[in-house]
Amino acid sequence: MPKDSGIGTSPKRREDIRFLTGNGKYTDDINLTGQSYAAFVRSDVAHGKINSIDTSAAENMAGVLAVFTGEDFADVGGNPAGWLINSRDGEPMKEPKRPVLAHGKVRHVGDAYAAVIAETAAQAQNAVDAINADITELPAIVDMATALASGSFVHDEIETNQCFDWGWIEDNRAATDAAIRSAPHVTTLSLVNNRLVPNAMESRASTADYDPGTGDYTLYTTSQNPHLTRLLICAFVLGIPENKLRVVSPDVGGGFGSKIYHYGEEALVLAAAKKLCRPVKWTASRSESFLTDAHGRDHVTKIELACEKDGTFIAFRTDTMANVGAYLSNFSTVTPTFLHGTLMAGNYTVPNVYVNVKAVFTNTAPVDAYRGAGRPEATYSLERVIDKCARELALDPIELRRKNFIKPDQFPYASAAGLEYDAGNYDALFDKLEEIVDFGGFKARRAESEKGGKLRGLGINSYIEACGIAPSNLVGILGARVGLYDAATVRVNATGNISVMVGAHSHGQGHATVFPQVVSEMLGVEENSIEIVHGDTSKIPFGMGSYGSRSLAVCGSAVVRATEKIINKATKIAAHMLEASESDIDFKDGKFSVSGTDKSVAFGEVAFKAYVPHDYPHDELEPGLEETAFYDPANFTYPSGAYACEVEVDPETGQVTVESFTAVDDFGNVINPMIVTGQVHGGIGQGIGQALLENCTYDENGQLLSASYMDYAMPRASDLPFYTVDHSCVTPCTHNPLGVKGCGEAGAIGSPPTIVNAVVDALHSGGHTHVTHIDMPVSPARVWSAINS
Amino acid sequence: MYNFDFVKPLNVADALVALASEEAQALGGGQTLIPTMKQRLASPEKLVSLSGISEMQGVDISGNIVTIGGATTHANVALAGAFEGLTGLAGGIGDPAVRNRGTIGGSLANNDPAACYPAAALATGATIVTNDREIDADDYFQGMFTTALEDVEIITAVRMPIPQVSNYQKFEQPASRFALVGVFVAKYADGVRVAVTGASENGVFRWSEAEGVLSTNFSADAILGMSVDSSEMISDLHGTKEYRANLVRVLTGRAVSSAS
Ligand SMILES: Cc1cc2nc3c(=O)[nH]c(=O)nc-3n(C[C@H](O)[C@H](O)[C@H](O)COP(=O)(O)OP(=O)(O)OC[C@H]3O[C@@H](n4cnc5c(N)ncnc54)[C@H](O)[C@@H]3O)c2cc1C
Repeated sequence: MPKDSGIGTSPKRREDIRFLTGNGKYTDDINLTGQSYAAFVRSDVAHGKINSIDTSAAENMAGVLAVFTGEDFADVGGNPAGWLINSRDGEPMKEPKRPVLAHGKVRHVGDAYAAVIAETAAQAQNAVDAINADITELPAIVDMATALASGSFVHDEIETNQCFDWGWIEDNRAATDAAIRSAPHVTTLSLVNNRLVPNAMESRASTADYDPGTGDYTLYTTSQNPHLTRLLICAFVLGIPENKLRVVSPDVGGGFGSKIYHYGEEALVLAAAKKLCRPVKWTASRSESFLTDAHGRDHVTKIELACEKDGTFIAFRTDTMANVGAYLSNFSTVTPTFLHGTLMAGNYTVPNVYVNVKAVFTNTAPVDAYRGAGRPEATYSLERVIDKCARELALDPIELRRKNFIKPDQFPYASAAGLEYDAGNYDALFDKLEEIVDFGGFKARRAESEKGGKLRGLGINSYIEACGIAPSNLVGILGARVGLYDAATVRVNATGNISVMVGAHSHGQGHATVFPQVVSEMLGVEENSIEIVHGDTSKIPFGMGSYGSRSLAVCGSAVVRATEKIINKATKIAAHMLEASESDIDFKDGKFSVSGTDKSVAFGEVAFKAYVPHDYPHDELEPGLEETAFYDPANFTYPSGAYACEVEVDPETGQVTVESFTAVDDFGNVINPMIVTGQVHGGIGQGIGQALLENCTYDENGQLLSASYMDYAMPRASDLPFYTVDHSCVTPCTHNPLGVKGCGEAGAIGSPPTIVNAVVDALHSGGHTHVTHIDMPVSPARVWSAINS
Repeated sequence: MYNFDFVKPLNVADALVALASEEAQALGGGQTLIPTMKQRLASPEKLVSLSGISEMQGVDISGNIVTIGGATTHANVALAGAFEGLTGLAGGIGDPAVRNRGTIGGSLANNDPAACYPAAALATGATIVTNDREIDADDYFQGMFTTALEDVEIITAVRMPIPQVSNYQKFEQPASRFALVGVFVAKYADGVRVAVTGASENGVFRWSEAEGVLSTNFSADAILGMSVDSSEMISDLHGTKEYRANLVRVLTGRAVSSAS
């Protein structure tokens, strides 16, 4: 009989009813008695010297309670980068201070240099308009290559616009260079991984409260990781004792990475709340989101693939400039390095890999991790150059990949880019893809498209990513300034229902549904009597939050460990209740029984006994049934997949339409197939957005051209095909208790090269063989220009 | 947004009185004006809503003329089904929310270079009827966001002669989904008119060379070899001048082929 609950089943997302009926509670829904409102004065030039800021008119306006400028925060700490990267020569990266409010200089359009607190949001906004700043505009540094050569600097004190020049693996450099020099065939490709605006549906918002009686602060904020935010604010920026700051991130409407980071607005509302002894609220407008949320991607890369004439890979070498924008956001230095370079061997047995990344300061908004974070950039470079290579050598793109795949019997496999892949079966993924997609019928479909004047292309891709971020001892060696474990507390209440306090944070992932499935499976308690608690540092253990597809692999593992401890203790209590020895107790389907007898007690009875311990061996057992576990993963997890899509190109207009899309992923064991499918759908939607539509563009003066939905093209339902998604190929992760790998980012990693490969294929079929590459977004205008160039 | 007063008169005369005060502005569907106000780029002290004026509502077809009230929503124009080109155009503007708010009068008064209605008005040789006078479409459009309207003049109706066949081809700008280029082709007994929106720095225009050729041979093939001058076309994030010029030709051909 198929299971109807627990691991492997698909209960509907219980949180959706709340969200869909308007009963979600987001940061902006929280209104505190006596609250005031903050508004920020933001630079309208990309680069400028602040000579003076005249706040006097604003201060005297109706309703204005306080005005802050950078000067007020000159003595507090900077918002740090979470990862120290060393350059190839051993020099540590450049880390200019990122202040709460810009001080001395403004460095990007939208950079806040003053803030007003007023009785109403409108009064705050009016006062913003009355602030008079004397700012001398300086030439904007926008283009990365120009920035590296420039004699003027985003941060004058570091006298360079290069943050670091990182080599991975530096010891492999000479061998890789030599292999490429002597290789029978080298394919070279220059490409841009386009800059993206995260566009979470809920804009950032922060409300701070201060209790002058106790000195306690509370910050309600749109965060993917409330403990990390608290740590950054307390340990680095404002110096508030950690036990005096409670950070609450209630319902959060999407993050995609942009809400991992601590932003200056959070520190500002906290400082203002203390100064005024009143709550202070701020909610970003959509324009502020465009200008100031950490953007994603923005790499300019040259990649070389060296191989034998038969297509056997010999080496990959890449040269990348990665934009970090005007300031280092918290994960901005690890994203283009260890989350990118370490994946540059892909799913392949290539012996030589060398990656060079120069991180560049520019007068643009900070750039940081965005769904996939470094792995989409790696996958895109690799899979585009492999596709180009297949074309040059007239090899089938699937065969070329298969020829170089790591084979199932080679795991665990030490990749040439420094990771140890624990499990995978890439051929099985392609077998499945070939089973699902009617490749044989493609010719006929192409002919049909051609009858309508359209070109049809088939795109293939495979990917591997590293998720379940991350083993603390490894990342510590690599420069991380935090550990990347997670934590869970399982609290069985006296009446048998269960609260699970998790360090992971759900902002769309479905934790409220999935974590109970795991606990239910282990304890035999109904899913509906298990609730998760997240997003409040006063309620949950210290966990690192959700990003990098880590929630289930890391926090879920902590849930398992804590639940195991519950079973351990409950077994002891049951043994006492059943007057048997602990070793004779079996636990199954929510029942403790004495083996070989019909004596048993239910889990609920044990829970009750734990809290009403009238008859209890107090010298052997503590009352209560609550356990906490911290879990630090032994390795990353390595989801992988094989993707295919078909596109139609209208050669007259350049319009690309995605006709079909198939994703076959190996996520290890799957807890809730429906939610996994949904995550893949969302990821592919974002990937198609990047491939065809989205483009964050600054002009040469550092003005954001795509600063609203009038110019920033978001994917809409009508731009997306029906997807075929499969996750039946399973090689369980070998080192976490659930055997899970993570699925949140896969779609966004695997889909962009699939689409671009298909577009190039379509153009070749139409005789436009001079087109070897089109940079994303592959917009109609770009396709048309490529055809007609 | 700044604070403002709001009035909703029931007839044109009262609307004109309300609009006569300093800093008052007409409000159609608010699909352009409200976002502009939210961004604090406009700060009228008083909004005079035209949506309560019944004489400015509705679509009337009599004989060969369709008359559309100036406050009629795009959705209602689409529903009325006056002729193929107009129905398709109105039904393809924005999304359902926009179509059920935005009005033909607001669209023509605004004269966004990427808006759809200007192409219909110009291609049909429409008459823009205001509280004060009647203006030929050929005289009405005077460049991007510029029209023949005076201050305190409202569009009360638009009259269009119904073409024998017509079609509107819109190629969407990928972000805004306004027209990156839109071409309206209308065939009358006395000739063909072709109006192009989205493409030119001077706003909507007639492609007269194509009109001449199509008037003698109404087929897509007739304009195959033609090209439109790109020198005054818009170049932006979404397409170069040359790309837009190409779209003008391609879409004109498709409009001719699809015209019914
Ligand atoms: C998301 C979105 C998508 C859109 N997509 C498209 C599209 O694809 N194609 C397209 O063509 N348009 C599009 N629009 C524009 C929309 O369809 C409206 O036509 C346009 O916004 C103006 O009409 P309105 O009635 O909303 O005018 P309002 O915004 O109310 O007013 C606009 C201007 O016209 C003036 N005005 C209003 N009515 C009159 C009148 N009767 N007489 C004189 N002056 C008047 C106002 O004072 C104001 O200056 C879109 C809008 C949005 C928000």
